[in-house]
Amino acid sequence: MQRIRVAQPRYWLVGVVVLFFLGFPTVISSFLASEWAQALILAIAIMGLNILVGYSGQLSLGHGAFMALGAYVSAILAHHYKMDYLVTIPIAGLTTGLVGFLFGIPALRLSALYLALATFALAVVSPSLIKRPAGLTGGVQGILVVQPDPPATASSVFAALTGTAMTSDQWIYYVTLFCAVVLFWVAWNVVRHRPGRAMRAIRDGEVAAAASGVNVAGFKTLAFALSAFYAGVAGSLYGLSTGFVSPDTFPVSLSIQLLVGVVVGGLASIPGPLVGAISAYFLPIESSQWVPSQAWIPTQIVTTVKNAGPAVSYGVILILIMIFAPNGLVGLARTGYAALNRRLRGAGDRETGHTAAESQTVSEPD
Amino acid sequence: MQEFLQLVVSGIATGGIFASLALALVLIYNAMGLVNFAQGEMAMFATFVAFTLIGRGVSFWIAFPVTLVLAFAGGILVQRVVIKPVERAPVLTLVIITLGLATLVNGLAGFAWGYVPRSFPSPFSPDSIDLAGVFVGYRDLGVIAVSGIVLLAVYVLLQHTTVGLTLRAAAHHPEASRLLGVHVSWMLALGWGLASAVGAASGMMVAPILLLEPNMMQSIIIYAFAAAVLGGIESPLGAVVGGLIVGVTINLAGAYLPFVGGDLQLAVGLAIIVGVLLLKPNGLFGRAAVRRV
Repeated sequence: MQRIRVAQPRYWLVGVVVLFFLGFPTVISSFLASEWAQALILAIAIMGLNILVGYSGQLSLGHGAFMALGAYVSAILAHHYKMDYLVTIPIAGLTTGLVGFLFGIPALRLSALYLALATFALAVVSPSLIKRPAGLTGGVQGILVVQPDPPATASSVFAALTGTAMTSDQWIYYVTLFCAVVLFWVAWNVVRHRPGRAMRAIRDGEVAAAASGVNVAGFKTLAFALSAFYAGVAGSLYGLSTGFVSPDTFPVSLSIQLLVGVVVGGLASIPGPLVGAISAYFLPIESSQWVPSQAWIPTQIVTTVKNAGPAVSYGVILILIMIFAPNGLVGLARTGYAALNRRLRGAGDRETGHTAAESQTVSEPD
Repeated sequence: MQEFLQLVVSGIATGGIFASLALALVLIYNAMGLVNFAQGEMAMFATFVAFTLIGRGVSFWIAFPVTLVLAFAGGILVQRVVIKPVERAPVLTLVIITLGLATLVNGLAGFAWGYVPRSFPSPFSPDSIDLAGVFVGYRDLGVIAVSGIVLLAVYVLLQHTTVGLTLRAAAHHPEASRLLGVHVSWMLALGWGLASAVGAASGMMVAPILLLEPNMMQSIIIYAFAAAVLGGIESPLGAVVGGLIVGVTINLAGAYLPFVGGDLQLAVGLAIIVGVLLLKPNGLFGRAAVRRV
């Protein structure tokens, strides 16, 4: 069995990243800020999926459906019951988490393959399920979400920094950033303590974990509930950021996009979902612009590339990453960094593989 | 009653289509313990190839077998290029790879043929025949006949030829087969080729009913999943029986359950999958899996 290796967290790096995301909207346009807000929303959902797939080893291809649930809970509460949208975000998360918990109980009986199959079917079916109670969900049209104006204090601070008034897109960006920071912090705490160790033990060998006294059923359903909670919050924010929710906002390809994010970033990694989300969000946008809009290229080809580009690049990336870099971009960066470190510090002792400077692993404190 | 029987017959026809695709899934499941999420997309791609051939003036009855051969070769190619490097990887990796493959094939089809739905010619007449008061479409009969032939051919190949025996041996006892001189890896490729061809047949039969476009198989694959799970995912006979049951069930549910109607038929497929997995995970014909820990 692999020894659990826990490197000392790099707090300065976390600080730099958070500061970067805090300051970023002051230098980019409001439109770009809303794009980055969507990337952060994906990061939250991907973090949730990562807890489920990366840490507890259960594959869900239907997390888009959980996002849809969160989005609709918020939209319905805000639209039909006139609640403040921001208040509905935690409610959406908790509701989805509860549903995820209930979903996790039958999922216990399924093998990884069957679970993948059932959740994939759920993702395909969910748009038509949403359309049915049209009075509640608005049917095909969906529900419009009123985007909130930024509060006066936030707006004046922002105005003092940039000289322009804060738009609601920028406010939504900051709301999203706040949720993302909190949820990443929670995830980091969960996975490096008892629940995380239990989940990893289950992932690597269910029987061995049970024999060591890990409550297998409990932690597997906990992973499902937590993962769905993240998806619910992400879905709620997604509705807020796009300004409406409709059944077609949550197609199967959204679930695929989440999976791409988890895999590209790196399974069972905390920075992975952020890296993965940025790749999974901006890749289709970039790849749909592969063909320059020149006059001599027929528009038909341009539109085809626009439509097919994301699918082709997603597919190629999923396959290549799984074959050549199963630990994702973060894994690649780690290996590269370690190799660079070894090079810089000298070859070390070839016999034992230890460098002279320090031991490679840091054992976990407790 | 008459309407009921007509619904049953057309249900059997669509069931035959599901059965073919489910059989393709079962073939690959037996070969490597994997559900191929790209099966539907591969079938869709093959159907586009047939569409192109027919568009060039080739008759349907020539395009059909030519496409099957091409799909067979394509399946082998996919196995060699994409699956072979990860043959021994955990199931999670394999599932993600087949999903990537599904997305890739879908995008490539969109690349080559665009997303505008096209009508695919049916070789059968649109008329009906009066069988003792029940009007049965020639198209339904034709689909039943074609899927019957395809399924029979697979059965004969697997059960009554040396290749079939080797294929089954390699799937069930890879180590022993390797010791006896079977080239197991190539047998897996052969399994992929066969599955791809069987799936292509289902695609070419469903295309005249739906319209041909890259997302055509998205709902069909769910029904095929339901069929395979219902039959017990390792049983070829189960896939056929499951396919027929699913076909008839969704047809009847769509017509007689006002709550289901046309737009929730897919949800019936989901309900079958979830229900079977929870109540009888081994399906109708599967054996109880005994796992050694």
